[in-house]
Amino acid sequence: MARLNDDNLVRARELIALYPVTRSALIPVLHLLQEQDGYLSPDGIVHVAELFELTAAEVRGTASFYDMFFLKPVGRYVVAVCTNIACMLAGSYELLDHIEKRLGVSTGGTTPDGSFTLEDAECLALCGNAPCLTVNWRYFGDMTPGRWETLAEDLLAGRLDDEVPPHGTLCRVRRAVGLPASAPATSAGASTGRSAPSKAPGEGGAKRQAPAALDNSGHLDHAGREVQLATSRSTPAVGSTLAPGGSPRGRTGEREATGGEAR
Amino acid sequence: MTATGPAGAKLGPYVISSRFGLNKSWDIEAFLAHEGYEGLRKALAMTPEDVHQATLGSSILGRGGAGFDAGRKWGMLRKAKPAYLVVNGDESEPATFKDHALMEGDPHQLIEGIVICAYATAADQVFLYVRGEMALAHERLQAALNEAYDYGAVGRNILGSDFSVDIVIHPGAGAYICGDETGMLESLEGKRGYPRIKPPYYPAVMGLYGAPTVVNNVETLSNLPWVLRNGSDAFSALGEGRSRGTKILSLSGHVRRPGNYEVEFAKITFRELIYDAKLGGGIREDRGLKAIVPGGASSPWFGPEHLDVSLANEAIAEAGSMAGSGAITVMDETTCVVRAAWRLTRFFHRESCGQCTPCREGSGWAEKVMRRIEDGEGREADLALLMDICDNISPGVNWPPAQTTICPLGPSIPSPVASGIRMFRDEFLDHIRQGLCPLPPDRLQSSPAYA
Repeated sequence: MARLNDDNLVRARELIALYPVTRSALIPVLHLLQEQDGYLSPDGIVHVAELFELTAAEVRGTASFYDMFFLKPVGRYVVAVCTNIACMLAGSYELLDHIEKRLGVSTGGTTPDGSFTLEDAECLALCGNAPCLTVNWRYFGDMTPGRWETLAEDLLAGRLDDEVPPHGTLCRVRRAVGLPASAPATSAGASTGRSAPSKAPGEGGAKRQAPAALDNSGHLDHAGREVQLATSRSTPAVGSTLAPGGSPRGRTGEREATGGEAR
Repeated sequence: MTATGPAGAKLGPYVISSRFGLNKSWDIEAFLAHEGYEGLRKALAMTPEDVHQATLGSSILGRGGAGFDAGRKWGMLRKAKPAYLVVNGDESEPATFKDHALMEGDPHQLIEGIVICAYATAADQVFLYVRGEMALAHERLQAALNEAYDYGAVGRNILGSDFSVDIVIHPGAGAYICGDETGMLESLEGKRGYPRIKPPYYPAVMGLYGAPTVVNNVETLSNLPWVLRNGSDAFSALGEGRSRGTKILSLSGHVRRPGNYEVEFAKITFRELIYDAKLGGGIREDRGLKAIVPGGASSPWFGPEHLDVSLANEAIAEAGSMAGSGAITVMDETTCVVRAAWRLTRFFHRESCGQCTPCREGSGWAEKVMRRIEDGEGREADLALLMDICDNISPGVNWPPAQTTICPLGPSIPSPVASGIRMFRDEFLDHIRQGLCPLPPDRLQSSPAYA
């Protein structure tokens, strides 16, 4: 895989249409490329650069600033263990050591079979359930070495496929709505600020034409892709996301109750 | 809405976490069943100026860390078209996890607050910048936004009014610096998240694409529906001084019950937060308190002598630190402060964007020296060296710090380094003289799952 496929090209154009200035869609489109290939391939970067009328170096230069973008292939599961202060105080370096030993790779490495890439992360904002980690950016809190073992087994056995999508998938819910397409493009621009401002600093010739407004008719065809958001966990051993509203049980549940003792 | 917690507890009233704990609190059904979009209805029945006045009247301070008056910020908006609203959901300050909870737990409340703000500031389009790593928050917010469009709370002629606005959820891609408002704007323009050189000082004058832009934090805007429903007087009746309303405190570290707690602003002390049975529940294993990080990685630390400081912006500032984003990290007596200070310094080093020399070079240098002290390879002269590095990053090493760099990240670096050395000089010297870390390693808390 290299260039954006036809479906993703349509999605990329939809993303570009959301912004008054084309380049604003660069990071969302790079997420799309990473979702497709698992990393930002050189050919993919060239394709994205063409779409945005930028050079490949400009695209790579932007992408390399951001920790979530990978310019080289990574494992099927990217495991990011938070080692910042709150998790460190709860033993996350001990957890990281354990995972390193069990996977046989050091932090930053990928297992030879391509299953796991291990990273140490900065604060992931789940400090009430420290230590925490993410697998392909899906949260698992209150981790212990024992829970890691269960989690790794579940991942490899495919038991968490619904909860942990392939690496690169940032959001499984597609934007299904926008302003009604019936409105003339010009008035949509006037009332929504979608018209490009007269002066856009740093913008070259990449200003787009008036966008085709998205409509409510569901033409983004999200129905087949929309997933049940993770509201319950199939594996009791795995720590839950914070899920303030309704994680069904466990320590997280108690904390949520704490947070909501209004009633 | 003004229910107080059980007797003796300091929790509540619940302004923004009222729906936490509801079944599927992120769905529109749960939201509408609990006063959802009623604040927006009230706002749309008022003039934008009156909504702005109500916000000014509530005296709500920005909840992102800097604590700037939200209503005043809106008032600074340059009158020009188009104008934008950018919502800061790039929560990355170490040990802060309130916005994460708000976005996952009550996305519609945020959307309602956003539309109220957009109405009051006549914003033409809204960009909700969500931290990239928060995938579930993205999904909940996008699903909620789809529902909100269907319901008519976002889009054209909102709830039958003349007001129309479009919200775009924009993913970040992993960079702490994009939480700085001008770094965020650069990132939103599709570039590296380099904070902008000031002046112009405020995005309200020159923000996104050079247009006037309001940048507000997720928690700040999540308060607005309640303010509109209950009135600004009800909001400003809570709290004290400049710290009005409620605040979500993110409590982490060596307490029995870490988590997010919504409490009335300025009405509890660190002691109550840490030891109250309904809040922190005390320090694990009843150990002694060593230090508190009172407001995120950038804030100078407190010791046990500060336990009776009130959790209010001005009280914390008077005591020499800052309330920041409301992240309180507690360290017990077994904590190695060298390691803790090193880890926070390492964070700044990793997240420095690299534009300014004091920050880029100073953070790495300080981290390296701290690391060798922790590894038992330090020299006694290192303490003076570290303070000298701090002095070069922010002359005087005072609080609030002298600004030497484009954004506040650089001058924040001395906080953990100088706090550690000033409060625990002997512990640093012990590391150096004994040639090893005299304290036990951090450990995983005992858990049945961990045999």
